[in-house]
Amino acid sequence: MKAAVLVFPGSNCDRDLAVALKGAGAEVEMVWHKDTALPRGIDLVAVPGGFSFGDYLRCGAIAANSPVIRSVVQHAQRGGYVLGVCNGFQVLTESGLLPGALMRNAGLRFVCREAALRTETSDSAFTRAYTAGAALRLPVAHHDGNYVADSETLTRLAAEDRVAFTYAEPVNGSMNDIAGILSENRRVLGMMPHPERAVDPVQGGVHGQALFRGLTAAFEAA
Amino acid sequence: MNEPAITEDLIAAHGMKPDEYQRLLEVIGREPTFTELGIFSAMWNEHCSYKSSKKWLRTLPTKGPQVICGPGENAGVVDIGEGLAVVFKMESHNHPSYIEPYQGAGTGMGGILRDVFTMGARPVAAMNALSFGRPEHPRTRSLVHGVVAGIGGYGNAFGVPTVGGEVRFDAAYDGNCLVNAFAAGIARADAIFYSAASGVGMPVVYLGAKTGRDGVGGATMASAEFDDSIEDKRPTVQVGDPFTEKCLMEACLELMASGAVISIQDMGAAGLTCSAVEMGDKGDLGIKLELDRVPVREENMTAYEMMLSESQERMLMVLRPEKETEARAIFHKWDLDFAIVGETIPEDRFLVTLNGEVKADLPLKALSGTAPEYDRPWVPTPPPAPLGDLPEIDPMDGLRALLSSPNHAQKSWVWEQYDHMVMGDTARVPGRGAGVIRVHDTTRGLAFTSDVTPRYVVADPVQGGRQAVAEAYRNLVATGARPLATTDNMNFGNPEKPEIMGQFVGAIQGIGEACIALDMPIVSGNVSLYNETDGRGILPTPTIGAVGLIADLDDMIAGPASDGDLLLLLGGTGTHLGRSALLAEALGRAEGAPPPVDLAAERAHGDFVLAQKGHIRACTDISDGGLALAAFELAEAAGFGATLAPEGIAALFGEDQARYLIAAAPEAARALLRAAEAEGLEMDEVGSIGGKSFSMGAASAPMEDLTTLWRGTFPALFD
Repeated sequence: MKAAVLVFPGSNCDRDLAVALKGAGAEVEMVWHKDTALPRGIDLVAVPGGFSFGDYLRCGAIAANSPVIRSVVQHAQRGGYVLGVCNGFQVLTESGLLPGALMRNAGLRFVCREAALRTETSDSAFTRAYTAGAALRLPVAHHDGNYVADSETLTRLAAEDRVAFTYAEPVNGSMNDIAGILSENRRVLGMMPHPERAVDPVQGGVHGQALFRGLTAAFEAA
Repeated sequence: MNEPAITEDLIAAHGMKPDEYQRLLEVIGREPTFTELGIFSAMWNEHCSYKSSKKWLRTLPTKGPQVICGPGENAGVVDIGEGLAVVFKMESHNHPSYIEPYQGAGTGMGGILRDVFTMGARPVAAMNALSFGRPEHPRTRSLVHGVVAGIGGYGNAFGVPTVGGEVRFDAAYDGNCLVNAFAAGIARADAIFYSAASGVGMPVVYLGAKTGRDGVGGATMASAEFDDSIEDKRPTVQVGDPFTEKCLMEACLELMASGAVISIQDMGAAGLTCSAVEMGDKGDLGIKLELDRVPVREENMTAYEMMLSESQERMLMVLRPEKETEARAIFHKWDLDFAIVGETIPEDRFLVTLNGEVKADLPLKALSGTAPEYDRPWVPTPPPAPLGDLPEIDPMDGLRALLSSPNHAQKSWVWEQYDHMVMGDTARVPGRGAGVIRVHDTTRGLAFTSDVTPRYVVADPVQGGRQAVAEAYRNLVATGARPLATTDNMNFGNPEKPEIMGQFVGAIQGIGEACIALDMPIVSGNVSLYNETDGRGILPTPTIGAVGLIADLDDMIAGPASDGDLLLLLGGTGTHLGRSALLAEALGRAEGAPPPVDLAAERAHGDFVLAQKGHIRACTDISDGGLALAAFELAEAAGFGATLAPEGIAALFGEDQARYLIAAAPEAARALLRAAEAEGLEMDEVGSIGGKSFSMGAASAPMEDLTTLWRGTFPALFD
């Protein structure tokens, strides 16, 4: 699998995401936000966490208008895979690749800790190595992770089995406890928790490994 | 524009004493211009010149085979093997944080991070040591919220994990909180950047954000006591932009890798003035600045304002001229300002012009070299009266008093607002003694801790100074790390009072002795004096930040303890209740002498733990709250209860030093007991981990109730 990790000014989990992808066997290229085209042969675009453009204006809003995002949207429209983590999830909702919005946490404070989650579907390249309904623990670290969408969207997400992960404990006030969602074609995943912070026993947990390994295995099988 | 005339009032408003002004006149042989007066006041204030503390700071041990660069640069540099170095420092932002907590604390983080990456190191860990007034004081709540949010707002966006720190509350900080920020970075040992300029006619380049009027006079403000006029000082607090700082760091590290940098210095206190003088002074060169070239974000700024602005996220660099195009391109990539604002000159001169007009023309070396240095009168702190009789205390009531005090309760309310896992290398999160990170792409670990017990220091500054270092040493050892080196952040009251100066002198003596005995040289530091409001000083608070090395993270003492583990106490039964946390929290008494520190015992016990770490499942040092609180915390982390055999308040809550509580599987515990006996060290089996109750002798309580209390204290006070 060939992955491109986007780098915006203010991204700060770009290296972490690249390390996790490489650890699962992916080939990784870092792509600067001013680039107008993705490198050739990219299978996955990974949009990292951090504070792109300082979260000024609105989290992810300025990054969603960066030159490289036009290519990412085209990549997604062609059926390419996209993973957005934390600020990356915010960039994906701001750019229209995923529905809904991430609002300020219900508790109004930044929250960084390991959170209990549930995998809701194993029907995607991202979640195929997890068991639907199974518990997992991943770190969260965000100020604006409170998922909000209109009721029609929420109904559709549930009906189409597009909720990838939910929180199994109160974290940020997200509607329907949503922690991560898939696009209609199930090839774009946005999630607030950080799977890249749980891929090595040194980090205190390895529940994020399955996401990256599942992805690379899906491409090897294809 | 007409500059104000130099009057007595103007001189006093610059915090300059009459005799200091006389000295200035002698140095330059004429009346200074307004800009020159501003430059001198910035260079000669306490914050920049260390004029009251220098004499004593010189006595600290700063050398060792591990030290690559000691105090005097932006941060200390210490060898960690494999061709790498850790670069670290701690610095206070007390006064700004009290005036404007969010920005004050945030820019404190910004400043210390810049100190680290200025030296070519990528920041990899941060800590914060915070001291607030009583929780019930009307300002405390807003200060706690503002300071914690400010640290998080800056550090989280910048992308450095905050892995440790301290939070304490005491009435002595009601009118003067302390915010001490620590940062550490990793660099290649052969690619450290220093501030000394070299070469004549080399371009002096301004990097980063534009200059505004924020923070003009900040360093002078930081060297004054507070009174009712504090609201007037708000405009001297700088405003931080962590996004620009993150970009500045990336751009600087790229620039350094390109070979374009001769020397570099961040603009911190007294901004352009301090950074330019420092580069010239260290390189034995003069500096010429043309202020019309300085990128500004406000109109009609005067030379005075530009020289004294403390606008954040700025750097000054001496550039290799042939690399200019490459350097400019890097900064433009990151959308940052890059402007050549002057050059190095051969003569000893600091020449500042604006629109062709000379605004300052001073002998450069004299600016730092002739700064006043005081041998302030001091009196030793009198020995405290012995501890009187104590009433009967039920041990469980004592423990509950500790768990429900914000000084000893769980602090996740604070550290969950800090991203402590960004960079993906955090091996031990905050809340359990020292924090640990992995050195990226290696199997090495670095442990970080910050410690001081101000209620000890105020009673006996020498023992208190020793204890701060000893506790830092033990916290590092308890993770399996070999202590490497130290940074000190000395927070004291008004040094013009002999008893305050006596506290400073005593603490320095104690710190120095302990750093020598424990082989933890001081490699960087910061002094914050005049921490007084309306004439009342804070508790003397010499915060010790320390770094230890774990050669292989597989050997980290990781914890948690397991069901059935035995609890071993290394260092003997507790006896000493003077100045203890129990006394303070259960009885509201601050009496007696603090526990004496036996540095040889500290060293011997630390060496033992490190040598035996293969047998140890979990370990914590014994400090505040004695054996009882240490055992509770070990059990809580394990998710079990515990049983302690010792009875008696002194055995359970005594704060005798040089002690560790160790959890080990029964067989490993027997090996540890044998090894201790062989070395003649006192080690006792004092209990075990397991069950759902926490028992001390006959007293017992459900672990769940105690845990709820411990976890609930902070939210109940501050949510």
